[in-house]
Amino acid sequence: MKVTMTVNGRVVAAEVADRTLLVHFVREVAGLTAANVGCDTSSCGSCTILLDGRSVKSCTVLAAQADGREVVTMEGLASGPDELHPVQQAFRDEHGLQCGFCTPGMVMAAVSLLAENPRPTEDQVRSGLEGNLCRCTGYHNIVRAVLAAADAMEGMEQR
Amino acid sequence: MSIMGTRVKRTEDPRLLTVGGTYVDDIRVPEMTGAASVTFVRSPLGHARITGIDASAALAAPGVVAVLTVADIDDLPPPPPAGEPNDAAPLPLGGVWQEPLLAVDRVRFVGEPVAMVITDDAYDGEDAAELVSVDYEPLPVVVGPEAALAGESLLFPDAGSNVARTAGSPADPAAFDGCEVVVERTISNQRLAPVPMEGRAAAARWADGKLTVWVSTQNPQISRFIMAGAFGLDPGAIRVVAPDVGGGFGAKIGIDRDGLLVAWAAKHTGRALRWAETRSENLVGMTHGRAQRQTIKIGGTRDGRVLAYRVDVVQDAGAYLRLGGFLPFLTCTMAVGPYDIGHVETAYRVVVTNATPINAYRGAGRPEATAAIERAMDLFAAEIGMDPAEVRRRNLIPADKFPHQSPCGARYDTGDYIGALDQVLVGAGYAELRAEQARRRERGDVVQLGIGVSSYVEITAADAENGETARLEVHDDGTATVYTGSSPHGQGHDTAWAMLVHDDLGIPMDKVTVLHGDTDLIPLGIGTYGSRSLQMGGIAVHRAALDVRDQARRLAASLLEASEADLELDTERGLWHVRGDPASARSWADIAGHAGADGLAASVHYDATPTFPFGSHVAVAEVDTETGKVTLVRHVSVDDAGTVLNPVLAEGQRHGGIAQGVAQALLEEFVYDADGNPLTGSLADYAAITATELPSFELLARETPATTNPLGFKGIGEAGTIGATPAAHSAVIDALSHLGVRHIDMPMTPMRVWAAISEARSHR
Repeated sequence: MKVTMTVNGRVVAAEVADRTLLVHFVREVAGLTAANVGCDTSSCGSCTILLDGRSVKSCTVLAAQADGREVVTMEGLASGPDELHPVQQAFRDEHGLQCGFCTPGMVMAAVSLLAENPRPTEDQVRSGLEGNLCRCTGYHNIVRAVLAAADAMEGMEQR
Repeated sequence: MSIMGTRVKRTEDPRLLTVGGTYVDDIRVPEMTGAASVTFVRSPLGHARITGIDASAALAAPGVVAVLTVADIDDLPPPPPAGEPNDAAPLPLGGVWQEPLLAVDRVRFVGEPVAMVITDDAYDGEDAAELVSVDYEPLPVVVGPEAALAGESLLFPDAGSNVARTAGSPADPAAFDGCEVVVERTISNQRLAPVPMEGRAAAARWADGKLTVWVSTQNPQISRFIMAGAFGLDPGAIRVVAPDVGGGFGAKIGIDRDGLLVAWAAKHTGRALRWAETRSENLVGMTHGRAQRQTIKIGGTRDGRVLAYRVDVVQDAGAYLRLGGFLPFLTCTMAVGPYDIGHVETAYRVVVTNATPINAYRGAGRPEATAAIERAMDLFAAEIGMDPAEVRRRNLIPADKFPHQSPCGARYDTGDYIGALDQVLVGAGYAELRAEQARRRERGDVVQLGIGVSSYVEITAADAENGETARLEVHDDGTATVYTGSSPHGQGHDTAWAMLVHDDLGIPMDKVTVLHGDTDLIPLGIGTYGSRSLQMGGIAVHRAALDVRDQARRLAASLLEASEADLELDTERGLWHVRGDPASARSWADIAGHAGADGLAASVHYDATPTFPFGSHVAVAEVDTETGKVTLVRHVSVDDAGTVLNPVLAEGQRHGGIAQGVAQALLEEFVYDADGNPLTGSLADYAAITATELPSFELLARETPATTNPLGFKGIGEAGTIGATPAAHSAVIDALSHLGVRHIDMPMTPMRVWAAISEARSHR
């Protein structure tokens, strides 16, 4: 079937098998390999991307379901190589990543979390990221990064 | 000013945070265009004879290129002869215990590779694998160490036993004679799945007589060595590349049979191939860790002096002997831990069972040693009615007794174990925690408070004699390139190595390129495991930098027509000048430009002896006595890994280690049913720890430099795990000790905790 979607602002269209998962469409058709496949039970969140502005686990969405919709992956967050999104900047500043495999999903989950709740408590950050597994950081610095990003984004809005 | 010990942000991160890493499944190089996909057909049974394989239906399915079984493996040399069992040398033994690449006529664990399906499209591979018909004749299944020891069913009939290795001292009947109190108990150090977020993956291509293999590994050079032996190829005909690696935790040491098969199949079929396992495959196919049954016996006096300790280990090695034979050796080497105990006995048996093979997992033998003696210390403390922290303090090796020769064979170079214990007790507010615990007990609160204390010493770079390599080149544009034999999977080598070069030479970090993980560029190296990277690979880089500095001094002396003794390196600005004459300054670019044909470069192979990090943890847990629910509310740690190069990296290692250690105590276990079927074969069932199950951690700093290397580094990758498990374990039991609970096996799920409370209450 023919699927057309906007990925990071670019229209991507392709003829794909009906059962093609959104994560595979993004990785193989759109050529964006940041989002990773870390499990097969929607448990780990490594494939998290934004679909019409809300986070989804793209291994659990068919490409066909995204037809005509807007996808944003981690590659689409920064406005330039030296202009990190506040969440990316906070992950860098707080050492919120080690091997980097969960990071694209974790960052997008955090972006979505902060869009829904701009001033989360530590407990709310932890609950909000429960669906994203990280095996390296013990979550300590990821939680700090999300809280720091919330501060930074609030500062920006006030300016 | 030296940047040693300063908080430098990682150089790796801008790339990982914008376009993401390049893991094996992200490889898009032109020569892999059109690569076919590999899908494994795996055993659905724990133990069975294979009586036939019919691939005809699969071969007729759409997009199938080939179906390969053991019958197709006709182009490899025979496996090497049986190895001699050796205390310190890792198995595999080979011979009658030989692990095949594809199952020959018998499968020994659920998930064992039986056949490979090669398809143009990955989705078609899953369909076609379902069509491969394998006839199995079930055999009696061996689940767990007791069944293995009973020997009613044998995994390797030619071996005549399920016991692959026995070592250690027989029990001395007089060992505990002088003790006023003796406690003995058998405990479980359960089987765990490592679960790196990136599972195993390999991509391979055979062209023009050369095999190129991209593999998610901690050790590209070791992987090449294994492949050369397995395929009968000259190592020079193989290039192994470890691109970004999404975590390893010991389970990606070298390359295992699945990866070897992908590489072999690429050569055998002539097709470029790629494979990235699913998580469900990973949970049964990637090696597991731990899996020891330990019988501990401790004795001493009523005033808290421990006089004798014995541990008997039964190591469940799973179906094949990989490092499963080596782990209990390490456990026994570190069995006495940080304590000064007069009489210590250790013994172990290694058994095979119908389960996924056991290999290294973060700590690899040392967490098991620490869990055993810390449990023993707590049981002893409870028996004599003394505070568990005080019992530890009375038995820790004093700071003035180093170096210390342990009765288990290790030589601890430096340490201040009592200092670490006191530091963590103060940091945690131990006295106030005990007071709060007393108040809750007095009130009879439903939610009780428990405080767990652990002390540990571990061994890092246990194989330091194998060394590590580094090559450093300084170029005539003022940049430098490091080629390291160490190979990262998240630790931050690029940042750390560039810091070392900057510190020694003054070349800015952003002008230092760190290369690793490509055997064409770096043919010799060991890689990353056993918390060896900084103290081995890092010191190798440091040594190379000192060599380059000496060469540069000679070159600068010649250029400036001064004596070498009068030359100074300004490491702030990266300039050489004659003492007292800053105007004479020459840059690294100038100096490298005047080097001879060999350039300004140094190659180093550095070997050393192991180091012994130590520390103490305090875990604070709340336990709901009506439901058994456990909440870890605080975790405080002192982890002394010697000199710290970059606190950001060291703290990150501790955080991750603590989380995995707590996960073992509270949540994670890989479980089989009585027929050898995995019950935790997906992430929907295996309780990989999440952000909601952990607090933020409280890390306390402590640095006692190692004496065995020039920069005082020790390993930090596994310390958190080693210290955290017994502290968290102890905290939960401590919360219930007033009810008479003395032990709960890990993981302490609500069901187990509730059962232990009910059992204790029924005796009151």
